[in-house]
Amino acid sequence: MTELTLSLAIGVLTGSGVWLLLRPRTYQVIVGLSLIAYGVNLFIFSMGRLRSGVPPVLDRGGAVDPAAYTDPVPQALVLTAIVIGFATTALFLVVMLVARGLTGSDHVDGREP
Amino acid sequence: MQLADHLDIAPILLPLVTGAFLLLFDERRHTFKSLVDVAATLGLLVIAGMLVAQADVEGSVASVYLLGNWAAPYGIVLVVDRLSAMMLLLTALLATAALVFSLARWHKGGPHFHSLFQFLLMGLNGAFLTGDLFNLFVFFEVLLAASYGLMLHGLGVTRVRFGMHYIAVNLAASMLFLIGVSLIYGVTGTLNMADLAVRIPAVPAQDRALLEAGTAILGIAFLTKAGIWPLCFWLPGAYSAAAAPVAAIFSIMTKVGVYAVLRLSPLLLGARAGDSASFGDIGLLIAGLVTMTFGTIGVLASQAMARLVSYSVLVSAGTLLAAVGMADAGVTAGALFYMASSTLTIGALFLLVELVDRSQDPAANVLAVTMEAYGDDPDEEAIDEEVGVTLPATLAILGICFVLCGILLSGLPPLSGFLGKFALLSAALSAGDDGAISGMAWAFFAVLIISGLFAMVAMLRVGIRTFWAPPIEGVVPRVLVVEFAPVALLLALCVAMTVRAGPVMAYVDATSQSLHSPDAYIEGVLSARQAPSPKMETGR
Repeated sequence: MTELTLSLAIGVLTGSGVWLLLRPRTYQVIVGLSLIAYGVNLFIFSMGRLRSGVPPVLDRGGAVDPAAYTDPVPQALVLTAIVIGFATTALFLVVMLVARGLTGSDHVDGREP
Repeated sequence: MQLADHLDIAPILLPLVTGAFLLLFDERRHTFKSLVDVAATLGLLVIAGMLVAQADVEGSVASVYLLGNWAAPYGIVLVVDRLSAMMLLLTALLATAALVFSLARWHKGGPHFHSLFQFLLMGLNGAFLTGDLFNLFVFFEVLLAASYGLMLHGLGVTRVRFGMHYIAVNLAASMLFLIGVSLIYGVTGTLNMADLAVRIPAVPAQDRALLEAGTAILGIAFLTKAGIWPLCFWLPGAYSAAAAPVAAIFSIMTKVGVYAVLRLSPLLLGARAGDSASFGDIGLLIAGLVTMTFGTIGVLASQAMARLVSYSVLVSAGTLLAAVGMADAGVTAGALFYMASSTLTIGALFLLVELVDRSQDPAANVLAVTMEAYGDDPDEEAIDEEVGVTLPATLAILGICFVLCGILLSGLPPLSGFLGKFALLSAALSAGDDGAISGMAWAFFAVLIISGLFAMVAMLRVGIRTFWAPPIEGVVPRVLVVEFAPVALLLALCVAMTVRAGPVMAYVDATSQSLHSPDAYIEGVLSARQAPSPKMETGR
């Protein structure tokens, strides 16, 4: 059930994101990119296999059974990807505002077709 | 651990520290900021030279730097082998030229130019050095974030408009990068490039489709950055809109995509990859050929010089990708030589275009084009009257540089452009196993020769219009020494590559051999020894 929910979430987010990315208004493009970023982050997370109720960080001392833990690497990757995605999206937003101010249009080409 | 052991990470640390340091000072202290920036870039050049000398030792394996002293598959590694060292040197040379050029006036064109420039260098160097896929993503983002800022340097409607396209395309490509990396991690459980090369042959058959999908998606992300057709429509606009020194340093950015493909394709999907061996090679070859064709048509169709050079970037990237697609050590060696030569040439041309364009008045340019199109030539009478008019010295010098660029770009003898293309073609035609020349090699041969011819035609046309028969209203451009010197430096490097072609060819041959038989690389990374911890040393 979790697998199905997650797959649907990734699919819906990415699908809507791609559709919005191909729209002509800058606002739609940036919302589309954000949605794709959410979809991709969930996707990275799912690549560490879905486990619920298990910790990613090993306990101190003694022998450990790797099967009792979830993969911590994708979680670290997701954190990095979120930070980078957030920063670049913010930067893109600034450029869009500049473009809106300079061209007087929110079309991606800077002029109405 | 000696200080010299940390040389491997210096190309990342030096720009990072310099860029951050420059942020502390007020924007108005131009002289101080320029001095620090130039000093750091020259320092980088020296470091890159030392790394090349270190990498180019007979039979040496890659020098591996363990970040945080974690052993190879678990921690992140930096690897300096011949290819990385060569790319570092190329970047540093181009950066020096672009930076010196920008000192004339461009560096005052917007805030934080020097910091952004250093961060771009940090991202480039990091991408060339890292031995880890996710770290490659991080450095790509660093260099892209800096390039977004530099792309908009100087502002203006055109720059913002094309800058927006550039950012949107690259953000989308970064998402593909992440999907590809996570798919590969999901199948193999590692992100270390050397460890991946070991694990990929052992991937079970039912996971192989997923793995190949992952590498393909990752490849698309690299190829978008390299400007492959049909993912390249953002490139000519963005590159010709960027300020001249920025465009010059951008000419290495498409090569980052090519570098990533060149590094990963033989390593992960080379002969040792079992069922996935040479996956994607034929696609790469065909896409490269189409890109070359598209770029050539663009070169021929361009009226503005900056667009002509931008399309030359595409031709160069297409040639390299097609050469990588041939997956042959000899062809790769030729491609590396060609890459060095074409990157320097295109960098010089971007700088030159700005100088030449100063003599052009946009209205006169349109007029000249229209006259050409209608076969109307009112200049004929004017020429009769102006017998014996002297050519201004500035225009003459710029003209000579332009001719050199034309020769290099089209691959005419005797300069390095010719040597690069000759090495590519002679290796491509002898690449077959049984001595027979494959159809693809013939296609590559034809497209490469024709692209050279068309580049010559386009350059001749622009040259005639600009230098031989300048528009009536043309003014002699004022060119400062600091603007001319970088162009001369880059062209002198191409000439030096021609004169010292033997050692350079030997270097790229060794590079290509180690790329196509990566056992030494893998062994070197995975067996890198940890440095003894300081605690243990003091305990003794």
